[in-house]
Amino acid sequence: MIGFIAKRFINYAILSAIATLSAYVLASIILNPAARYLGRNPRPSDATINSILDGLGVNPNTPWVERLWAWIVRLVTEGSLGDTIHNTSVISEIAARAGTSLRLLILGTVIAAIVGVTLGVWGAVRQYRFSDQAISVASFTILATPAFVLGILLMIVATLLNNFLGVQLISFTGEYTPGLDGGWWVQFGDRAGHLLLPTISLALMGAAGYSRYQRSAMLDVLAADYIRTARSKGRTRGSALVRHGVRVALIPMSTYFAYSFATVLAGAAVTELVFSWHGMGELLVQSISQSDINAFTGAILFNAILILIAGTLADVVYAALDPRVRV
Amino acid sequence: MSMLDEMPAPDATAVITDVVHSAKPVSRLRLVMARLRSTPRFWVGIIGLGAIILWAIFGLVPNAWNYTDLDIYNMGSSPSRLHWFGTSDIGEDIYAQTIVGLRKSLIIGLLVGPLAAIVAGVVGAVAGYLGGWWDRVIVWVIDLLLVLPSLFLFILLSPIFKQLSWVALIFLLAGFGWMIMARVIRAQTRSLRERDFIKAARFMGVDTWTIIRRHVLPNVSSLLIIDATLGVGAAILSETTLSFFGFGIQAPDVSLGTLLAAGQSAAATRPWLFIFPAAILVFTVLSASLVGDALRDAVDPTSGVNRD
Repeated sequence: MIGFIAKRFINYAILSAIATLSAYVLASIILNPAARYLGRNPRPSDATINSILDGLGVNPNTPWVERLWAWIVRLVTEGSLGDTIHNTSVISEIAARAGTSLRLLILGTVIAAIVGVTLGVWGAVRQYRFSDQAISVASFTILATPAFVLGILLMIVATLLNNFLGVQLISFTGEYTPGLDGGWWVQFGDRAGHLLLPTISLALMGAAGYSRYQRSAMLDVLAADYIRTARSKGRTRGSALVRHGVRVALIPMSTYFAYSFATVLAGAAVTELVFSWHGMGELLVQSISQSDINAFTGAILFNAILILIAGTLADVVYAALDPRVRV
Repeated sequence: MSMLDEMPAPDATAVITDVVHSAKPVSRLRLVMARLRSTPRFWVGIIGLGAIILWAIFGLVPNAWNYTDLDIYNMGSSPSRLHWFGTSDIGEDIYAQTIVGLRKSLIIGLLVGPLAAIVAGVVGAVAGYLGGWWDRVIVWVIDLLLVLPSLFLFILLSPIFKQLSWVALIFLLAGFGWMIMARVIRAQTRSLRERDFIKAARFMGVDTWTIIRRHVLPNVSSLLIIDATLGVGAAILSETTLSFFGFGIQAPDVSLGTLLAAGQSAAATRPWLFIFPAAILVFTVLSASLVGDALRDAVDPTSGVNRD
């Protein structure tokens, strides 16, 4: 089992490394960091621009192979991801933003997984009943809704609710209320309140996809002989379904989870932007619109590491559920 | 990711159990059509999609306003008899704008879905049929693209595509929409390769490309049709998300994404700027995915609702 997970981990690690390096190369070819200085009035001299760009290691006049090599060397020897065009280090920028994104991602994914699996199992067990049909219709509709529309619709609902109640019950702009006085609990409550809508938005999207897959995996399992065997040896229906049904139906889900995590990351980035959170999604989009190669590569590396962790976790779950892997 | 490889092939035995009562053999196409006809989801989806397409073509005819007209006497008005979906703060008719945006989004979706399916079919069949290094490189590229979220790549490539017309966006979306299906087609082709009719063709000296074109692709065509249908909705979602953040369709052109971006700031105070385009977007994507889902169930009897 250790061997299996180690093998998968190395596979993911190589993929993440290559993804990051390709992102660096693509960004170096496409983005032109000099444009930011050429448009100034008065225009800085070429020597000035070149020295700024050389300092950042993003001068387009240097061949990208050399720049890539310098970037790798700096990463390996100094552990640095370079500087952003605002002369802050990329690592400190990521450190400042990572907490914001991770809070949303972890909560959203965990809630999505629990709700999605529960609804999927429920729908499969009660196939064609009203609750199954209602879950199906709801998940199809959510899957057809873009992340930004879902976020804004939730904002509209929250505004209507706030107006109806006459108090600001749900706040949804930004990550916290600026200039809020109060103790630790007040701050915590404020942040939790701001977290509510983005988390619901992300969790709804995830749960819609997971419930479809879980339902279809569970339907496969329900038809299997071993469920009947478990019943005939005296297990109750619920116990047979949970111990023998859900456990087996979760095996394909762990694979689906690993493979859909990239989509979740993209959805989280969109959600962050809609709710104006200063997270990694914003860093990624800003870095492209400001032609900031180092910051973009840093953001992609961050995402690649998250995919690496999610993929490995999914494989651990897979190995724990499926005894065939363990031998 | 092994789940993708394990997607069951259209199962011959399940087809036979359905045919048992009829006297003469039923062709696969007629069987699939019969199953489709008895699926309510298919009807909801196809009627919804048909209505949306007809509306996109003829919807402007009964409307008094063109999408570029500015009604300076009714700026920011709510839905009324004069302006069915209301107007924006500079007097643009939201109904006309929605239809023009819908046209663009539909064209992009209807072209990208099939294009991506064709790429998926060719790449997947080549990888599965040739095997060896071709296969390894292609699978490796597919895995890489699954690790890099394609939305981020679209945003990265947008500075190039912004300068070109919106047609370039179609190729961009199709160029990154084929990976998942290509894996499925590849797995399918690997099992087809060992079947007798393909072996016979190979031993008779038919060249590789002809075998792929004549024998492999027709045998995975049902998967490709499903992919093309499901791809329509996915492409519309990608396009609107990109356009919403300003990376897709650019200013003189209107799509549902740019329209929603314009209506976003007023979403709470003047909801008609946002709700109508959003509802139509969701309805369009939902119809397309319902058709795709019903097709998948009709072609593959072991998936979804056919299973008891």
